[in-house]
Amino acid sequence: MSNVISIENLGKKYLLSHRSERGSYVALRDVLADGARQLGRRLLGRSGAAGARQPQEEFWALQELNFEVQQGDRIGIIGRNGAGKSTLLKILSRITEPTTGSVRIRGRVASLLEVGTGFHPELTGRENIFLNGAIMGMSRVEIARKFDQIVDFAEIERFLDTPVKRYSSGMYVRLAFAVAAFLEPEVLIVDEVLAVGDAQFQKKCLGRMKEVGREGRTVLFVSHNMDFIKLLCSSGILLHGGRNLYSGEVDSAIAKYESLMTDSVYVGDRGSDVVYQNEAVNSDAFDIIQVKICDKKDQPISQVNTFDSFKFRVKFHSPDCYESKSAALFVSNLNRRPLLRLAMYPYSPFTMHCKKGTNEFICQLEKIPLPAGTYLLIFGICESQTGEWLFERDLCPFEIGTTDIYQSGVPPTDKLCVAVSDYFWTGV
Amino acid sequence: MGAIHYWRELWRYRELFFFLAWRDILVRYKQTAIGVAWSVIRPLATMLVFSVVFGRLAKLPSNGVPYPVMVYAAMLPWQFFANALAESSNSLIDNANLLTKVYFPRLIVPASAVIVSLVDFLISCVILCGIMAWYRFVPDLKILLLPLFLLMAFFVSFGAGLWLSALNVKYRDFRYVVPFLVQFGLYISPVGFSSAIVPEQWRFWYFLNPMVGVIDGFRWAILGGAFSVNWPGFLLSSALVVLIFLGGVAYFRRMERSFADVV
Repeated sequence: MSNVISIENLGKKYLLSHRSERGSYVALRDVLADGARQLGRRLLGRSGAAGARQPQEEFWALQELNFEVQQGDRIGIIGRNGAGKSTLLKILSRITEPTTGSVRIRGRVASLLEVGTGFHPELTGRENIFLNGAIMGMSRVEIARKFDQIVDFAEIERFLDTPVKRYSSGMYVRLAFAVAAFLEPEVLIVDEVLAVGDAQFQKKCLGRMKEVGREGRTVLFVSHNMDFIKLLCSSGILLHGGRNLYSGEVDSAIAKYESLMTDSVYVGDRGSDVVYQNEAVNSDAFDIIQVKICDKKDQPISQVNTFDSFKFRVKFHSPDCYESKSAALFVSNLNRRPLLRLAMYPYSPFTMHCKKGTNEFICQLEKIPLPAGTYLLIFGICESQTGEWLFERDLCPFEIGTTDIYQSGVPPTDKLCVAVSDYFWTGV
Repeated sequence: MGAIHYWRELWRYRELFFFLAWRDILVRYKQTAIGVAWSVIRPLATMLVFSVVFGRLAKLPSNGVPYPVMVYAAMLPWQFFANALAESSNSLIDNANLLTKVYFPRLIVPASAVIVSLVDFLISCVILCGIMAWYRFVPDLKILLLPLFLLMAFFVSFGAGLWLSALNVKYRDFRYVVPFLVQFGLYISPVGFSSAIVPEQWRFWYFLNPMVGVIDGFRWAILGGAFSVNWPGFLLSSALVVLIFLGGVAYFRRMERSFADVV
């Protein structure tokens, strides 16, 4: 396995200028004086950063990045907004140069950083296919050869000779992706472009990208949608504040990402029964304090597996005495879609009497029907009568381990399905 | 990036030169009524105005050649230069979305702007043939040397375009400099007059204008024996052409890596 991409000590610095503090408005007199001073400085010689009138701040979008990508890898790059993902892609696509460090890439790179790059609204779909293809590095002969495939993928055959400015946004996106989908680069870089388009189109795009991966090409994929990342990628790189926080197995990268998003500590294999602990409890309102897990005999456990029966012990803070509130614990997937809603109201007959200060309640689960994987725990408090939410917070990533519930040697994981149940097949 | 690697990249992306030019030309005439006719009307109208103003009113000498032909022979390269300069100086900014999202050698952008002007030039050439036929003016064999002077015009336009487009990215002031340059250049280049009337003491400064060499060359090739070229002056202008071109390429290549960050 050869290294297709090697990154060593990569850094990218931008300079931010700040308007000097001079009151809330900028007078024309000041603008003219500044301008004259700048001009004078420039005419007399290089002024450089030292002579700059406005203070400039150094902003490191990427720092000390080191990693290697082998041929055929499918890597998901994840991170919060502003972590440096797009900057990294731009550097890998040779659009911008690194400030420190080096990047070595072997092979042709095609990047899809934005859909419809190079499209001109006045030209027809047909003309834009050629133009876009040429901009992305395909030769005219190549585009002509793949023309039918591209039109087929985009499903815009009827509108080929209409100017693109008349296309709906969906058609536009389909056409743009279709051209990029049939490039044949050694390295394909895709940045968050699947966020547009309907579900059917997204499925098609994912399918095409999987095919590209199967052909042995290297794919780097940036997304905020963890389902896509899980489906497509074999390894993940987590960027945070411009640094490489984690690189390795995609599931662990995603779990670490979730813990960043929820401001919690990545549990990993901590081996403790405390799933979530809040260090700074707000004593003026509702706030969560702690969540623990234990088995049905109240013995602390540190790991929950598929089909386990166990209890959640939830401690929260209430600002006053109430009779009419209800609490709920959600086990959601990483896109925040609740898979299990463990609510007091309206599903269970339990009425919660909360007192001022710390309260503790227990939720008992029978045979949790979720396959192995990483989930998100969410806790909320609402009004029993109206269902209006008074407090809601994403707590932490919650891992469920494998159990070979079907005794088949293939325990179910969340890559395969969302929920599991007892079942069997018979003949008629 | 090493020099050889860079030129090899350019060769790999060679089709893009024409694709971008093709795009600009297509877009120009989309949703127009008379479309392509504008490429003919523009040079024709300018030639008419010049003939009237400089020929009839100012009565500048034309060495026995029909005045419109003399003017047109000079206007051909000048229009090419002026258009190429105007288009290429803004080309990087106009294509900012491409610069920040896709990789390709950035040299292609101003180059394709010059190619668009080249297409206009070729159409104007056809018109020149028409004008020469009208005046029953037959050029001599020197016209075969025209491609050489065209090459000179290309290099000076491209070189100046590279300078201006790169400067324009960082200092948007140059957007205002270009129309002024073109206007001013029109009066110090031998478009409305011929180089012979320039007084001796100003000859040196006059020939520092690279377009002087180009236009004189065009006139000499098209109009034949009636025009003699001041060869030392021509060489001086040619030297400027080479300087501007090489300097343009060097400056552009140096600034290229920061375009995406600054545009």
